[in-house]
Formats: sequence, C-alpha cells, structure tokens
Amino acid sequence: MTSSATGSSRLINPYLVLVKGLILFIFINLICISIYIPYGKLSLYNFLLPGRERFPFAEEVPEKIYNLTTTNLDVMFSSHIISSPKSKDEYRVVLLGDSSVWGASLHPEDTLAGQLDDANLKSCDGRKVHVYNLGYPRNSITKDALILNEAMRYKPDLIVWITTLGSLTPDRRLDHPIVQSNPSRLYELSHKYNLEFDFSTINFNHASFLDRTVFGFRRDISDWARLQLYGVLWAATGIDQVYRNSFKVYSLPELIDDISYFDWQPPAFDPRLLSLDVLEAGMEIAGKTPVILVNEPILIISGQKNSDLRYDSSYPRWVYDQYRQIMNVESKENEWHYIDLWDLVPSTDFWGDTDMHLMPAGEARFVEELIPYIRFAPCP
Amino acid sequence: MTLTYILIFTVVALFLGLVLRDRWRVYLLMGISALAVYLLQPALPIRSLDFWLSTITLLLTVLGWILTTPSDKLRERNNLVALAILVSIVVFADLTRYLGLGWTLSATLPPKLEMLMIFLALAVLFLGATAYFKRLSPILFLASGIVMLLGIFIILKVPSLATAVSGVIRYALGRSSANAAATDLRWLGFSYIAFRLLHTIRDRQTGRLPVVSLPEYVTYVIFFPALTAGPIDRIERFIQDLRRRPILLSAEDLSNAGKRLMVGLFKKFVLADSLAIIALNNVNALQTRTAGWMWVLLYAYTFQILFDFSGYTDIAIGIGGFLGFRLPENFTNPYLKPNLTQFWNSWHMTLTQWFRSYFFNPVTRFLRSGKHRLPIPAIIFITQLGTMLLIGLWHGITWNFVLWGLWHGIGLFVQNRWSEFLRPRLAGLENRRGLNFFLTALSIFLTFQYVALGWVWFALPTPGLSWQVLLKLLGMAQ
Repeated sequence: MTSSATGSSRLINPYLVLVKGLILFIFINLICISIYIPYGKLSLYNFLLPGRERFPFAEEVPEKIYNLTTTNLDVMFSSHIISSPKSKDEYRVVLLGDSSVWGASLHPEDTLAGQLDDANLKSCDGRKVHVYNLGYPRNSITKDALILNEAMRYKPDLIVWITTLGSLTPDRRLDHPIVQSNPSRLYELSHKYNLEFDFSTINFNHASFLDRTVFGFRRDISDWARLQLYGVLWAATGIDQVYRNSFKVYSLPELIDDISYFDWQPPAFDPRLLSLDVLEAGMEIAGKTPVILVNEPILIISGQKNSDLRYDSSYPRWVYDQYRQIMNVESKENEWHYIDLWDLVPSTDFWGDTDMHLMPAGEARFVEELIPYIRFAPCP
Repeated sequence: MTLTYILIFTVVALFLGLVLRDRWRVYLLMGISALAVYLLQPALPIRSLDFWLSTITLLLTVLGWILTTPSDKLRERNNLVALAILVSIVVFADLTRYLGLGWTLSATLPPKLEMLMIFLALAVLFLGATAYFKRLSPILFLASGIVMLLGIFIILKVPSLATAVSGVIRYALGRSSANAAATDLRWLGFSYIAFRLLHTIRDRQTGRLPVVSLPEYVTYVIFFPALTAGPIDRIERFIQDLRRRPILLSAEDLSNAGKRLMVGLFKKFVLADSLAIIALNNVNALQTRTAGWMWVLLYAYTFQILFDFSGYTDIAIGIGGFLGFRLPENFTNPYLKPNLTQFWNSWHMTLTQWFRSYFFNPVTRFLRSGKHRLPIPAIIFITQLGTMLLIGLWHGITWNFVLWGLWHGIGLFVQNRWSEFLRPRLAGLENRRGLNFFLTALSIFLTFQYVALGWVWFALPTPGLSWQVLLKLLGMAQ
C-alpha cells in the first residue's frame, strides 16, 4: 500500500510516535509519583448528579445496584450529599456508626438518618435540621474516628455517634478496610491524639513505588470513574443496594452455652481492652461540636435456652453488662453526652432477618427516642 | 474481541505487513484467520460445540468456494495446498486436547480425535460430492447454497428455533433438553460470514464474481480483523488488496493504521464500555423514575452503540491497514446527517450496501419493469420498508427488530415524500445562508431524535416494554 496523499500531508515516523508516547507516559507517571493528586475530590455528584444519601458500599454486583465499594475517603465524601453546600438556615446533624446506621437492606428514606431527616425537625435556634447518614458497614470505632475527622470539614452542628460493644473490641481497632486503606490518615490520627496502634499486626495497604504510578492506581481510577457513572443510574432510579421490601420477622437463633467473648472469660474483662482512647480522640476531633454518644439497641432474647447466659448470638450477658457499666462511668467522668438505648427495641417484631439490623418500624422507634435529644441539643 | 486478542492480532498484523511480501502471504493470512475462528469463538454450554461451530464455519467457507468456482479450477495446486493447510489447522485445533494445550485455541476442550476424523471424512465426502455433482446443475447448487445459509441464519436468529436446535443437540448428547437456550448457539461472526458467502454465491449467479483461489476466498470470508464485527467487504475489492505485489507499507500507512487502531480502542474500550454502564436496558428501563433520566439513558445507549460498533470497525480497519488492506468504511458521522437517507448512507454502510445490491435495487428494478407498473411512491414504500425490515431481521428475528425495521422504513418513506414536497418550495432559498444553516441544524436534530427513539425498539426485548419506555420518554407514562 503506497501513500496516495503523501504530497500534502506530513510524513509521520511511527517509531518517533512510539518514543514520544513512551516519554510522555514516563513523564506523567513521574508527576503522579511525586505529587499526590487528590482525584477522589473530583466528583460529578452534588454538581451534575444528586449526592448519594449514604456512602458507596456494595454487597451485590455493581451492575445490579448501581453502587460499588470504595474505601477512599475522598471519593466517599465527594459522592455523598454532605458535600453539597451548607445553607445558612441548615442545622447539620451527622450520624456515625456501622451497617445498622448505613441501613443494610433499607431504602435511604427508611434508615435512621432518612427517617430523622423526614421528621422536619427544627433546631433550638430555629434552623432546619438535616440529618446525614455517615454510617459504614462493619463496626470499628477507629473507622468511625477517621470518618468523623473528615466529616468535620463539612461543618456539622451535631454529631450522633452510634456505637456498640463490637465497635470497641481490640480486633476492630485496626481491622477494617477503611482503616487499612488509609494508613497516612491513621498515622496522622495516631500522632495527633496519641493513639497507640500496633501497626505491626496489620498489613496496611502501603503504596509502593509502582502503586503510586498511573498504572499502579488504575483500579482506583477505574472505580472512581465507574462510581461517577453509576451516579447517573442512582439519580435515575434511586437504587443504591438490594432493598428488602418485605421483612421476615427475625427467627431466634439457638443460643450457645459458651459465655466467653473472644478470649475474655467471666467474671470480668479488663476495661483497657476497649478502644476508649479512640472514642476520646473522637470527642477531641469533634471539638466544640456537640456529640451525642448512643449505645445502639440490641435484640434481647429471653425465654430461650441459654438466654440467661447471652443476650443474643453476639453478646454474653456478663460482657455486655460490664461494657454498659464501663461506658456509663467513662461518660460521666469525661462528661460525654451518653444515651444507653440498648433495650429500646427488645421485641423480635422490629428486627429484620438478623439480630443486628432493624426493620423500618424498628428504626422508627429509634427515631422517636432520638428526636428530643436532637431537638434540644445545645446550639453552638 | 478482548484487548488481549486485539494486541495479539496487532502484533501479528504488523509482522506480516512488514515482513511478508511474497506469495506465502495469502496462505499465512488464511491460516491465521482460520486459527482466529477457533480463538475468538466464545465458550458455549454444550460440550465442544465451540469447536464444532468453528469447524463448520471453515466447512461452509470451503463449500461456498466450491459452489462459486468453475469446476476446472477446483483442483489447481494452490487450492489443494490451501485445503491441506485448513485440514491441518482443524486437526491441530483438535490435537491441542492431547498436547496439553486444551483450552489455548478453543474455548473449551476439543472433541476426541476419532470424532473429528469421522466428521472430516463425512465433510470430505460431502464437499467432493458437491464438487462432482454441481457440474450437472450449477444453478441448482448455487440456489441450494443460498437456501442452506439462509436456513442456518434463520435458525440462529429465531430464539425459539435456536432453543429447539439446542435441545436436539443436548438430547443427542444425552443431556437434559430442559436447559436449552437460544444463547447455546452463539456462533461467532456468523451474520457476517453468511452475508459474505451469500454475496459471492449471488455474484456467481449473476456472473459478476471473478475467479478466486481457495486461499483467497477463505481469507476474504474469515479475514481475522473483520471476523467479529465486519465490515462486510466485497470480494472483488478485497482481492485487489490481497493480490497486490509488492506490498510496500510506508511510514504514513503504518501511522494512519496505528492512529485508526488507537481511535477504535478509545471508542470501544473507553467510550462505549463506559456508556454501557448507563445505557438503556431491560432492567433500568423499568426502574427509571422520570422522563428526563430516561432520555439520558437512551442517549447513552445511542452513543454507546455507535462507539461500540464504529470502534470495532476502526480496529478492523487499523489492523487491516497493518496488513496492507484498505477495508471499507462502515460509519461516517451518522448522527450528523440531516435526514434518514443520509443516516443510512453512513450507518453500517457495508451492510446497507449489501441490502441495496441484493434486495433494494433488484426489487426496485422488478417493480418498475413489470406489466402493471406501480406508482413511484408505492415502489419507494415497498422497497424501503422491505429493505429496512430485512436489515432489522438481520439483527435477530424478533418482534422488536421487526418494529425497529418498520420504524426506519416508514421514516425513510415519509422523509422521501417530505423532501419531494419541500424541494420546489425551498428552491429559491439557496442564497439565504442563515436560514439554510438553521434548517440543516434542525434537520440534524430531528433526524438524530428519530434515530435515538428508534433504538428503544432495538435495545429492549419486548414491544410492550419498548412502548412503556416511549410513553415515559414523552411524559405520558402513568
């Protein structure tokens, strides 16, 4: 094949094109290695697309639920509705917690945050209360602290921090994807609030030389781009997970007679094993913003075999009782605003198909209980 | 075609284009194309069916050549060499089962050698008998070839027939027919292969087909860059590229081919695959809450199908360019055309040209030459509607493709009549540039909207769902 139009067009040397391309590729990668590019902060959400009402998280294939899991805090926040500008008459309440706050199986409007937001509350100074769901599945108090640290940039007026014993246990101190994917922010937290983490026990996702190149974080960029695209379908359909429109009433499990909790044995465990230092750090992060610390409701099983030993499939009674005692004492000593709602929803009628997640009606009970605290929260 | 295969094909094409310039080039192109038939055929739920479909592709291609080649040319040395190469490739593909290369060439484990030998013996008998007996009535054999290809095509394109055939195959293999599905017979590139074969047979019937050797014919039908998504070249043009000696690829040829390949990769793997995430489909069609977002999803589909298809064409043209071939264009800015006629002159052009050559023009000639001549508008209506219906059915024999064909057939007819009506009325407006610009822009917009709405029939599986989506798009859904 000979060139027919070579007379007018410039002759291109393909080898030169290859060399130029290679140089450009190396140059771009070197830039990426030497400069941190906060691509996660770029987002179509809250700009062309409505922000998500909870953090991106997927238990199903993304194609089905128009959502995917990311542990990049920048991406999480930039896609969340909390990144939209705060108006002057807005009283911003953020909810921290695990999957029970995030709202597994629930439509966004049926979650704790969704129902509180729909309650059209006014703050003590007459501002409109907007409640934001900053929950993220799997409990870990360190994960909550990292999220809170980021959330402070969005000027919350009130923080409702929903915890349980499972969030404070030693295994959940560092064992969470968000914690492990954000080592630099964890180091920063550790340094700033004198938190002692045993970094040697966990394989943090440290960025190697290759990881910091465009080639290295191609997966992250691809996830970021896909999350933007799924935003279109989220906006079009309002779907962000598999919803359960009808709930089977939770059928009680058989409770085992083992009353140990990890390697803790009755009659008491060492309170220092709980990550109360991270909780304290969280309070420091919040600064002057009021925090309501809530011990979330659990299902209390009674009249079953071994129900005299255990409250549910997770907690032996002696451990949970001592945990509540410790939290009460710590709260008083530290002047935390602590609400213990552990037995608020005892009936199985309000629980979904696990003993961790409430049905919409159960969330409504929780909402009713929280409303006075939010309504009468101190104005900053 | 995955990125890996495209990379492999690019390297192979570059090597062949730069190094091979002698007569062995055609044999190598044929051999590599035959291997690609096995390589690209996806796995199927029925054991070894991917292997058999690839082998039948080669068998049909050789049969097509026998039917279209004068009997005295069949036994020429180069044809026998090509046949031996093809048989060797088939046997090699099967031997991978025994060489520990099980899945390297075919998607699943090939059948046992004795099965293949029986098949090959029967195939040789069949081809030999065809070559022998076709002398008695070449016309009948050519017609039989067309009927056979259309028969297979219809079976593959009618979901219920494909399911039934799959059930029969499963039953014959001692498996439950209950799991049979139309997708069991996903035959890679058959729509294109069949139309290339039909083109050669029809051109033989009309005496336009040049004499081509077996390696040339096979290379034309299964040319690996164009195997999966076209374009549907004409053999008369293709063999000009194939026979040209010496092939001297200039730096500009290489850079143009490379540029085309890169553009194709970007269109397919960046634009089309991204748009595919948000494109209209049968699931999100039911979930979308507002007309506005439905339009967004429809536009995403509209551009996804363009970038996907034209991306593959660019890739084929690029890889073909490395080999010294100038494959025909398939898309030339179809969404920027001011009327449907021009849209169809720039969308999937090689397929449209095929139907123009083998349906539209002959039927028009027939209708205009009959004793009882029909009025011109009636002829236009019949031929345009018929052509578009057939183009619709080429994609699949379902009600939705019929409706998509009707949508475009009626659109073309209305546009034709409207243009006729307007022509004398706009005659004095040539010098009014502003008005002309406005009318052209409006025409482009309206044509694009009409085409985009037409994709609702194409993208969705049932007329009911498509109708619901159309109502929602127009803000009339409940």
